[in-house]
Amino acid sequence: MTGWLSATELVLFAQAFATTLAISVAGILLAVLLAMPLAVALRSRSALLRRSARFYTEFMRGAPLVILLFLLYYGGPSVGLLLPATTIGVVGLGFYGAAYFAEIFRAGLSAVPRGEVEAARLLRLSRAQCFLRIEVPQAARLCIAPATGQVIALVKESAVLSIITISELTKVAGEISNMSFAVVTPYLTAALLYWALVELVARLGLRAERILSATESRTHA
Amino acid sequence: MIAFLQDHGSDLLDGLVTTLLVSGGALLLGAPLGLAIAACTLSPRRLPAVAAGLYRSFWRGTPILVQLLVVFYLLPMVGLTIPPALAATLALALNTAAFQSEIYRAGLLAVPRGQIEAARLLGIGRGAAFLRIEAPQAVRLMLPALVGEMLALVKNSSLVSVIAVTEITRRAQQIASSTFRPLEAYGAALVLYLAIAAVLAGIGLWLERRLASGGRA
Repeated sequence: MTGWLSATELVLFAQAFATTLAISVAGILLAVLLAMPLAVALRSRSALLRRSARFYTEFMRGAPLVILLFLLYYGGPSVGLLLPATTIGVVGLGFYGAAYFAEIFRAGLSAVPRGEVEAARLLRLSRAQCFLRIEVPQAARLCIAPATGQVIALVKESAVLSIITISELTKVAGEISNMSFAVVTPYLTAALLYWALVELVARLGLRAERILSATESRTHA
Repeated sequence: MIAFLQDHGSDLLDGLVTTLLVSGGALLLGAPLGLAIAACTLSPRRLPAVAAGLYRSFWRGTPILVQLLVVFYLLPMVGLTIPPALAATLALALNTAAFQSEIYRAGLLAVPRGQIEAARLLGIGRGAAFLRIEAPQAVRLMLPALVGEMLALVKNSSLVSVIAVTEITRRAQQIASSTFRPLEAYGAALVLYLAIAAVLAGIGLWLERRLASGGRA
């Protein structure tokens, strides 16, 4: 192992890191967007809606991401669903992550004291106003920590997308490993890059939590 | 579909056994390591606590797929040639140890200090206090979390297919490429994983109910 990486390899890693970042961000955004209506459905008064949402979250949380991706990537074409690998990766990550985020949002919403909602309703706030101005802001504060954990989990899961040929960090590490004699170094490099990214997300999560709880104490002062 | 299962059901069940062996093995192998890490974390000495923190941070901060490949390629370099299934179990064990250590730490911290002090004052030895008072209560909190960790391991074990361990996912891949029927092959694999998840969820619920009602631990 003379020298850790060559200049070419460095460039390849930088590009792959950017891809990992892009697919993670896209997948996580999709997951959060899908999770919002799902969380509301999980708390719905309609049993049908509640059960369907529950079925979806249980299904997704019991299934390995790689199997879902294989079903879409290899099984899709046989039912006329021909999508590019990147789309499948992002959609897969999004629908998979949505189940976890929905559960986090549901718990956050349920933790808002009933009395506050009832008081707001008595003060003639509409149901929508009450939801958006009373329930959501408080739930958001409670959701930050577990949601940060879920973001980290999905960044790590994005490595699985390498198996359906997307040139992200893990895939490129494998390609470099095949080309050079230093078999482990590329994988270790990828591991360090993931580690740095995950630490960064964790720090950002802590900061967001601090900012949100600061606004909390100010409004209550 | 019935004919498909008649032809390939036994292969898939074979894969199911491997999946359970690899993830169950990793859970057991990771337990003592996880306990040791938890002990280091709770230690008043600085060095063990820092080392344990670093271990946890690395194994929880990097993708399992990458960890698996590092372990798989690193072992031969240090002169260890072991079959892929064993390497996979080892990698998953190193990973789950980091997550299990959190479960053990939380469980041990949840037992009120006062109880131990009271026991010591009553003349109960340190070992007996741990075994008869601290451990039973901690275990009650840990068991449901460990069932959840087993589910995570089963799902994660789907990734060991990349180093040619013939568990459920790998079997499904083989069937898909030999029959050109990926939908059925991966669909069947999915059903198997969901079945494991359902069984584990049932065990978790049963444990929680039994332990909550003060079942003899």
